[in-house]
Amino acid sequence: MLIRKPSDIRPSEITPPDVYTNRRTFLKAAAAGAAALASAGVSAMSKSEVEPEPIVPKAPRVPMEGVVETPYGKGLELTDYSHATSYNNFYEFGTNKTDPARYAHTLQTRPWTVKVDGECEAPGEIGIEDILSGFTQEERIYRLRCVEAWAMAVPWVGFPLGDLLRRFKPTSKAKYVSFETLFDPKQMRGQRRAILDWPYREGLRMDEAMHPLTLLATGLYGEFMPNQNGAPLRLVVPWKYGFKSIKSIVRISFSQELPETTWWRLAPDEYGFYSNVNPQVDHPRWSQARHRLIGEGLFSNKHETLMFNGYADQVADLYRGMDLRKFF
Amino acid sequence: MIGFPLSDKGLRFGLKPLIFIACLLPFGLLLEGALRGDLGANPLERVTHVTGDWGLRFLLLTLAMSPLRRVTGWTQLLRLRRMLGLFVFFYISMHLLTWVWLDQELRWANIVADIVKRPFVTVGFLAWLLLVPLAVTSTRGMMRRLGRNWQRLHRAIYAIAVLGVLHFVWLVKADLLEPLIYAAILLLLLVVRWRPQLLPGLSRRAGLINAR
Repeated sequence: MLIRKPSDIRPSEITPPDVYTNRRTFLKAAAAGAAALASAGVSAMSKSEVEPEPIVPKAPRVPMEGVVETPYGKGLELTDYSHATSYNNFYEFGTNKTDPARYAHTLQTRPWTVKVDGECEAPGEIGIEDILSGFTQEERIYRLRCVEAWAMAVPWVGFPLGDLLRRFKPTSKAKYVSFETLFDPKQMRGQRRAILDWPYREGLRMDEAMHPLTLLATGLYGEFMPNQNGAPLRLVVPWKYGFKSIKSIVRISFSQELPETTWWRLAPDEYGFYSNVNPQVDHPRWSQARHRLIGEGLFSNKHETLMFNGYADQVADLYRGMDLRKFF
Repeated sequence: MIGFPLSDKGLRFGLKPLIFIACLLPFGLLLEGALRGDLGANPLERVTHVTGDWGLRFLLLTLAMSPLRRVTGWTQLLRLRRMLGLFVFFYISMHLLTWVWLDQELRWANIVADIVKRPFVTVGFLAWLLLVPLAVTSTRGMMRRLGRNWQRLHRAIYAIAVLGVLHFVWLVKADLLEPLIYAAILLLLLVVRWRPQLLPGLSRRAGLINAR
């Protein structure tokens, strides 16, 4: 039998610290799975999907002052605050819809700086306090349509993204804008496993980014943005599927080339760069023709999904002449 | 107080009803939530996931009965297997009904199209379809009538389990951890099915006696 000297252990054989740390998570998950199987009885009943643990708000709700009312979305029936803040896709905190509300309290949103770079004359940084005081915060009610065929109507607080972008003077080479979410597995427990290729990245064509409907949101329901919804600063592009509206932004870059976005990289045949809401183009695994409104009962009917999520009058021109089946 | 193996009476009037009620619990809680209108922000998603998850869990549990019997030597486990198997059929049927009725809203053209063109739907539907003859032939009378063929037919449960796990793997958006745990357990069960000698059987004879 060959006994190896310590020097025989190549660095590549040593378990990297992240794998080592993840081991516990994996074992826990495996144990949970095994427990659910081993006892079809009572012990497995505590699993969250059967009897959801009550979601205790971990952060105080803070109202925003000086928010300007606008006519956007007047007449839309709002989704309940409790649903909009407890049913979230924010994989940085876990893949279950209730994970963000449960775990996002670990996110530190002050101080917070957004770095702006790339094809612009005045690259630099801007802090969240300057963003809050430097731009008029408006309330806009937008429909939110998730790629998973459910929808909400949310009263966002924010300001047009274009207003911020102009301050950094994008050059004529700036054809696209890309965004990055914070990467910090200490604060964002979902990032401790490589579920997605962190940090989360999203992007828009320059004309989409400058469109007056495109919002940088700092709050909702008249309050500062809850962590689980993407505090302190997130994108809202109401005519695109929800995953385009990137959360907890720390970097904005102008580029000449089409940016690589997270979901596109994971499954390019399922999540295109544009990802405009389009009832005629199915997701390869499900239809996008209809959706369910969050808050409605088990037996209520689905709703017809509208082209560009009902914002066709405002945005259809951006895509004139484009084959939306090809550029989905 | 209760001795193992249980008396025939203890099994029929004690353990079996208890396990029956335990198996019904996930459905009961779902029903209770539905009646109270408290199934969370997306009730359809909840019902779909709970019925699918438990269908798959009971399926793996059903497959585990035979190796468990071998390891523990407790032959009465096999007398629970039929009930567990029927609960698989129950939960998967509820899962399918949820999809057909509440998700697809009985749009038959769409339902057929989805089964044909979306692989995760195809395998899921196929798994349910294969469960039907097993449920139908689960009675004692059918067992007797089919004789050796009964066992041959009921081996389909392994194919159903593979299809069920595949269905789960293919429908997940990004995080494969949970479906892969099911896959790992299934793989383990398949290995001990084809290589039973790997199991530390308490009694060699127990492993040779078939369910009667």
